[in-house]
Amino acid sequence: MVEASGAALHADVAVVGAGPAGIAAAVHAAERGARVVLLDSAPRPGGQIWRHRSPGELPPEAAAWLDRLRRSDVTWLPGSTVVDALADRTLTAERDGRPLTVHWNALVIATGATERFIPFPGWTLPNVFGVGGLQALLKAGVDVRGKRVVIGGSGPLLLPVAAALARAGARIVIVAEQAPAHRVYRFAAGLWRDPGRLLQAGRYRAGFMRAAYRCGIWVARVDSAGSALWVTLTDGRRVWTEPSDLVAVGYGLVPSVALPRLIGCNVIDGRVLVDQSQRTSVPGIYCAGEPTGIAGADAALAEGRVAGLAAAGAEPDGRGPRGAARRFERRLDRAFRLRQELHDLPDPDTIVCRCEDVRLAQIDAGWSARQTKLYTRAGMGPCQGRVCQPALEYLRGMAPDAVRTPVFPASVATLAACGRIPQGDS
Amino acid sequence: MADTIEIVVNGVPLRVAPDESLAAALFNAGVRSTRRSAGAEARGPLCGMGTCFECRVTVDGIAQRRACLEPVRDGMTVDTNG
Repeated sequence: MVEASGAALHADVAVVGAGPAGIAAAVHAAERGARVVLLDSAPRPGGQIWRHRSPGELPPEAAAWLDRLRRSDVTWLPGSTVVDALADRTLTAERDGRPLTVHWNALVIATGATERFIPFPGWTLPNVFGVGGLQALLKAGVDVRGKRVVIGGSGPLLLPVAAALARAGARIVIVAEQAPAHRVYRFAAGLWRDPGRLLQAGRYRAGFMRAAYRCGIWVARVDSAGSALWVTLTDGRRVWTEPSDLVAVGYGLVPSVALPRLIGCNVIDGRVLVDQSQRTSVPGIYCAGEPTGIAGADAALAEGRVAGLAAAGAEPDGRGPRGAARRFERRLDRAFRLRQELHDLPDPDTIVCRCEDVRLAQIDAGWSARQTKLYTRAGMGPCQGRVCQPALEYLRGMAPDAVRTPVFPASVATLAACGRIPQGDS
Repeated sequence: MADTIEIVVNGVPLRVAPDESLAAALFNAGVRSTRRSAGAEARGPLCGMGTCFECRVTVDGIAQRRACLEPVRDGMTVDTNG
């Protein structure tokens, strides 16, 4: 692994995103002799699931992959946020406020997923996080010793985050899974078919034995009282309140597809369409991992490997990993389907777009995403709708607007480097 | 943590662990609000991974840096009122 400087680079294969899919793609392409550039906005490789401060914190498989990346010839570009990519085989990133252009022959998009939020009264208060959000901050060094934590939302992420917080010394007040118990237990029973996942589930259970994992319960609101938070929980009949220091609520994951949509890759139902070799609909562009559908790290590694080999010009060997990953995703969707009551979580004056402070009542039920932007600015702030668009899609059935460059906020110098705006005279 | 480094947050020096993100360092120092929203509400980190931009602060004079993606560096100056 080499670190690079300079404003322009040439690569046989450019890989965007350094989680399991991107690392597997980069390593396999480089081991086939391709010149590979790997970009990620984070300071270290690993993505969200393998986020770490020192490799010793990681499970052996993750540490082995990071070691394999270190020993490879991959050019690693940390702190690089990709803001634009063109089908003419260039991409523009911003690194330390400066533009960086990469010319590529093949592009692997491995941008992962973001957390789905459903707005509720109090979700904008400090000390209220996403579930993945608090996990990421914990891995980045947040000290939770002695802190009371309420965890809510939905999906298999709730368990490992509760366990990690408990191990780090937090007091887990409750883990409130919105899905009904019978669906969650049926999903868990299905894990017996997959020894790797079962092992993980066993570890998580041991980690938060004393905490209350309870199904069919959700966080209705959070209120601030001095330095404490009061968390209102409900099962749809009973309503009660728990004091807490930190609250983490998230409703599963949303594939990150802004970059492939910008380039013009075929995206159906929020997922990038790929073939058995992870090829998208645009020649030379591949996609691997969560942007093709939420299926976890094992599927991401398998898809990344296929994408990396194909992008490096190697013949894909045998059947791709698509089938098993898609079946897992369908089981996940069935088990953790969001209940109807969650549509009523936000009050009319609950902020939906946190960037622009737009409240739910400001957005007409029949508006398109374009109208919502024009009339309220919702979705036009720095996050560019990554938080409010999935929420409005859930609450209002609002389809996403077309993606425009830059896909992340960028300096004027970086915008000029994208070649999409006229350069000044100076 | 044996070694700490110094960062300056809103003019106040802070000793922090060298391997933390800036978002973690601010949290551990009790700075839970990283910005004021358009409607002047206090906001802190939400996603922890560079997506939501709620943790954006001014670092060494450069605005709009995401604290969750920023490793702490000795001598770093941070402004959460920008």
